[in-house]
Amino acid sequence: MTMAMMTMQHPPTAAAAPPAPLELQVERGNRTSRAALAIGIALALVGATLPFWGESSWMRDFVEIACYFIFALMWNLLAGYGGMVSIGQQAFFGLGGYAMLMLGNFAGVNPFVAVPLAALATAAVALPVAWVAFRLQGGYFAIGTWVIAEVFRLGFANMSVVGGGSGTSLTALRGIDKATRESTTYWIALACVLGSIALVYLFLRSKQGLALLAIRDNEVAAESQGIAVRRTKLAVYAVAALGAGLAGALYFVGNLRISPDAAFSVNWTAFAIFMVVIGGIGRIEGPIVGALIFFALNKLFSDYGTWYLLGLGLLAIVVTLFFKQGLAGWVQQRYGFEFFPTQRRLRL
Amino acid sequence: MLDTLIQGVLLGGLYALFALGLSLMFGVMRLTNTAQGDMIVLGGFAAIALGSAMAFVGPVMIGLLLVVPAFGFGYALQRWVLNGTLGRDPLPSLVVTFGLSIVIQNALLQVFSADPRSLDSHGFNTQSVALPGGAAVGSLPLLILGAAVACTAALQWLFAGTRLGRAFRAVSDDREIAELMGLDARKVYALATAIACVLIVIAGVFQAMRTTVAPSDGPMLLLFAFEAVIIGGMGSFWGTFTGALVLGLAQQIGFRLDPGWGIWIGHLTFLAVLMVRPQGLFPKTRG
Repeated sequence: MTMAMMTMQHPPTAAAAPPAPLELQVERGNRTSRAALAIGIALALVGATLPFWGESSWMRDFVEIACYFIFALMWNLLAGYGGMVSIGQQAFFGLGGYAMLMLGNFAGVNPFVAVPLAALATAAVALPVAWVAFRLQGGYFAIGTWVIAEVFRLGFANMSVVGGGSGTSLTALRGIDKATRESTTYWIALACVLGSIALVYLFLRSKQGLALLAIRDNEVAAESQGIAVRRTKLAVYAVAALGAGLAGALYFVGNLRISPDAAFSVNWTAFAIFMVVIGGIGRIEGPIVGALIFFALNKLFSDYGTWYLLGLGLLAIVVTLFFKQGLAGWVQQRYGFEFFPTQRRLRL
Repeated sequence: MLDTLIQGVLLGGLYALFALGLSLMFGVMRLTNTAQGDMIVLGGFAAIALGSAMAFVGPVMIGLLLVVPAFGFGYALQRWVLNGTLGRDPLPSLVVTFGLSIVIQNALLQVFSADPRSLDSHGFNTQSVALPGGAAVGSLPLLILGAAVACTAALQWLFAGTRLGRAFRAVSDDREIAELMGLDARKVYALATAIACVLIVIAGVFQAMRTTVAPSDGPMLLLFAFEAVIIGGMGSFWGTFTGALVLGLAQQIGFRLDPGWGIWIGHLTFLAVLMVRPQGLFPKTRG
């Protein structure tokens, strides 16, 4: 816990005698957040042993849900905290997948090592992309990023070296037996989930995170307080792209086959929006709750095809109109639970 | 070469019809309708359903029959759904229109299956008009271009020369002051979306006549409409019209070079304009 000493000063006209300096304590955690940390560590330790006692279908399910979750977490960072609503994050999901595949197939890098490298490459591509995308704001930023994702999709569809429109396979994993491949993919997925939560949580609790919240609430006011608005937004955009690239690289290591239509599908972002909105935007618990709900709905109803998707669309509309805080926000307001507190609370 | 240019301009006419509704809704209430493309496709399917139910009715009549329901749909959508999402934060309106887009896509998929369909134009889509110099252009694309010019001119006149247009400009400039002057912004917004939906249904009928519509086409049409608005410059309907022509030309030239590149070159043209002239080719504040 960080402790800080502060002095409150009254306006000069308010009191004749200068008041004694008040001692304030800044609280950054609470009982539920400490409990969450303990439970989280315990779960991670149990989870890490899963390959020794679990079934391989559980590991595959986990890898898939991990990709959805990391992607949604990063969309939440961008839209819920950075105020940049994008419908084009699938650009970075696909780029991560293709970067991992090309590093593995052409450069001879071990695909498991290529996963973090691909995420870094994606973040590097995000910087020039941001230069174009940041020329648009609000709703037009959302659709502009979608166009950029389409440019990447059509670009890869015209690249015959990666199989053009029909895609290609991750041949670099040949010769590794199935059990080793599945458990390694699973451990990497687990590490990526924990790493992304830690990355986002620490970023939001840092000074830059505070600056980000100030920008979201009022850009002009934030700038007048000396916050480097453009640089902060760029940093968030790059981190969100890094995470999306990580999710994409991970997904296609698990999937072994990539095509432009699958990698750059707008459905990735659509599902991320759904998870974040249902779970609660602008809070870290949101995508966690949202990903679990989404996964459950997917298991139960995805056989219904169009009706299922139609229901997801309607649910997103209803939640946005009537439950703006999402499920996690509702629980927090009703019961006061908060597992990942990012605010600073003053205690007199 | 001349042929490519003519085809590009004619295609641009269709894109102008796609884009006018988007431009109108953004102009009046800063609302980005991500369901624009799917609503165009919905309009196309509505026309096809009506056409097959009443085979003796021509496509123009079908279009006219759809104008009133489209107006009502737009009014109700804005009045009772979208008005609740307006505000400084663009997220609620984006999520709701995006959700609407998914609902429309899957509802169409359920009712009409994934097959592309087109509206029977009773042979009109194969007729052509001879031009001096031996070239010929299709009557239907020419009619679409004419309709786009007419709709753009009508919108411009509506904004500049009518009481309703003055109300649109007023709520667009400052909602609070306009309400102090006695306007009901919620009703003005509803009328704007209603008019946008009429434009959307016209675009849908023409799209279904000229080529085919499939439930999954919507996002692509949305992106074309959006690119036309940004290339032209926000805030002017003639700008949107010109932006649509630029996009149509770029795509047509791209298709000429390589059939796989047409749409890609259209996207790249949009990004190039965004980099060189982010305010668009013809930026103008309305009114």
